[in-house]
Amino acid sequence: MEKKPWQQLKQFTNARISLGRSGGSMPTNEVLKVRMAHSMAKDALHSEIDISKLSDDLQTLGLACMTVQSKVADRTDYLLHPDKGRVLNELSITQLNMGSKEPVDLCIIIADGLSADAVNFHSVKLIQLLLPLLTSWIVAPVVIASQSRVALADPIGEILKAQITLILIGERPGLSSPNSMGAYLTYLPQTGNTDEKRNCVSNIQPEGLSYETAAFKISYLLQQMKTKQISGVALKDDFQEIRLL
Amino acid sequence: MYKHTIQNKVYVFNTLAELLAKASPLRSGDQLAGIAAKSYQERIAAQMALAEIALTTFIEDLIIPYEQDEITRLIIDTHDKENFKTIAHLTVGGFRDFLLAHSTDKEVLTKLQKAITPEMAAAVCKIMSVQDLILVSSKCEVITRFRNTLGIKGCLATRLQPNHPTDDIKGILASVIDGILFGSGDAVIGINPATDNIATQIQLLKVLDEVRTRYQIPTQTCVLSHITNTIMAIEQGAPVDLAFQSIGGTEKTNSSFGVNLSILREGHEATLSLSRGTLGNNVMYFETGQGSSLSANAHHHIDQQTLEARAYAVARAFNPLLVNTVVGFIGPEYLYNGKQIIRAGLEDHFCGKLMGLPMGCDVCYTNHADADQDDMDMLLTLLGTAGCNFIMGVPGADDIMLNYQSTSFHDALYVRQVLGLRPAPEFEQWLISAGILNEKLQITHTSTSNKLLKIISQ
Repeated sequence: MEKKPWQQLKQFTNARISLGRSGGSMPTNEVLKVRMAHSMAKDALHSEIDISKLSDDLQTLGLACMTVQSKVADRTDYLLHPDKGRVLNELSITQLNMGSKEPVDLCIIIADGLSADAVNFHSVKLIQLLLPLLTSWIVAPVVIASQSRVALADPIGEILKAQITLILIGERPGLSSPNSMGAYLTYLPQTGNTDEKRNCVSNIQPEGLSYETAAFKISYLLQQMKTKQISGVALKDDFQEIRLL
Repeated sequence: MYKHTIQNKVYVFNTLAELLAKASPLRSGDQLAGIAAKSYQERIAAQMALAEIALTTFIEDLIIPYEQDEITRLIIDTHDKENFKTIAHLTVGGFRDFLLAHSTDKEVLTKLQKAITPEMAAAVCKIMSVQDLILVSSKCEVITRFRNTLGIKGCLATRLQPNHPTDDIKGILASVIDGILFGSGDAVIGINPATDNIATQIQLLKVLDEVRTRYQIPTQTCVLSHITNTIMAIEQGAPVDLAFQSIGGTEKTNSSFGVNLSILREGHEATLSLSRGTLGNNVMYFETGQGSSLSANAHHHIDQQTLEARAYAVARAFNPLLVNTVVGFIGPEYLYNGKQIIRAGLEDHFCGKLMGLPMGCDVCYTNHADADQDDMDMLLTLLGTAGCNFIMGVPGADDIMLNYQSTSFHDALYVRQVLGLRPAPEFEQWLISAGILNEKLQITHTSTSNKLLKIISQ
């Protein structure tokens, strides 16, 4: 295998450059590194949401929780039918209805999405930093959702009479970030809402957007939504402003 | 109504769109749309029925009405009726036999390009096997030019794709240099920008242009922004070689992309007006991919492979330099696994080539698809044998901005080596004179310094 003379390029990007070569092909160590990264992404995709650990940790923060599941049967069904992941199963609807009382300002949902490990690792840590920024808010019990897409937040928020939903969800695993968490916020959750009604804070993980910054951005967006009574593309300009802060 | 009977069982297909959908090889997107065949037998019965219908059916029985869709109008209004006479008597099955015949060579196929409508290409594609798709594609030759010559038989070019999550100039340049040192970038050096900011686009265009001119690299550069942004960049004096746009096969799909034929025409004319090409005037770069219409809820209950072929009717109206089917990017709900992605990539390449397009393929997958690098190796090798014009060159096959896996610089070297393929001739000469390749077209990398490395420090 030949050594490459331009190692210095590597400092400028995380892209897989300066890999060297075996003949014209990738050297063994680089091939195996890519394969390992892919295996981490695949394992993340098939990880399961750790309900007991999450509920224990939430309890420590003084938060009650409920669990729901979409109409999806298993992971294959989830991948083939995104529509099913946006609808609650019958049992979940019944249970949520029983848990629904007075209207609330905010409903927080923890959902597996495409990487349950992302929320297993990051969701409670973020919530812990977010709650102190929302002292006057009435918050519903946290909902832990299995086999969930982003839009499952709409029927959940609707039943729980929430003004705003915040869903923390595992993002599509990338090779460099298998366990990255996204946060989607929607003012007036309703079944049938489209993505233009949502605001997104993505790449939440220690290697990406830190918990502190993410909590700050989310609380800022929540305050804006509450004041302006809108969400989604209409709030886009404010997004730019807070990036400058 | 279309019918086929097998052992007393009558299979009925109410419309041409239904027949096409049910004849389409299995893929998750058609199942998601609820239009796929319900059984293996129904699928083959549909293929048998499809094989028996006349090619003329596709210009009489329009799957989206002429009044409803500007792409249908484009297809019908630009149909080459004169050359169609050669094949007008054929059924879809007969058309397959015709395409495979020894006498149907490059010259015959070139003449027929505009006589073949997307629906004819899609229909014959559905009854063709993988080897048929490769064989017929390999007979086609579609050559385009801007600052070099792309698509010559025996050549395989690459788009160098140096994306960076924050459009950091040095980060992008590092990948550009790495790619060039691995012989990548003859199709285009093309960045997917992280934002749709026009100032950033102009800045990136200027940097790429500076690198290209300083080292006199015989290639073209592109920032893959929305075409309306590119038009504005041109108005502001940016060095635009190629106008990029994603396109689909229905008017409604394009509308979801924020374009129509008139906007594309405007972008085409604005780019042509700069006259920056030295060898030719192919200035458009289009990207497509099966499933985009369903994703945009604009599919008219037509299968995704047929709609993809209709996107090629849009592309060919603008004499593009490059058309790239980004085959595995869309996700498993449209193409579930390696098998579906591989077949779709070959179908797209075949239909595009048959219709006269300079087809390339982003051989790719996302991590939630049931696929891996081995599947990409298979599709890459098959497309190499099929005569694909270009593939992507992404550092280590891992795009850190778009978060998916494509083909690496090394992958291109592999497929060139194993199939005896070469870069675009002008680019090859440049690589040799720059000391990047030797006369055997092998990467050298023996010198301890390279003049390109100086770019990054400036």
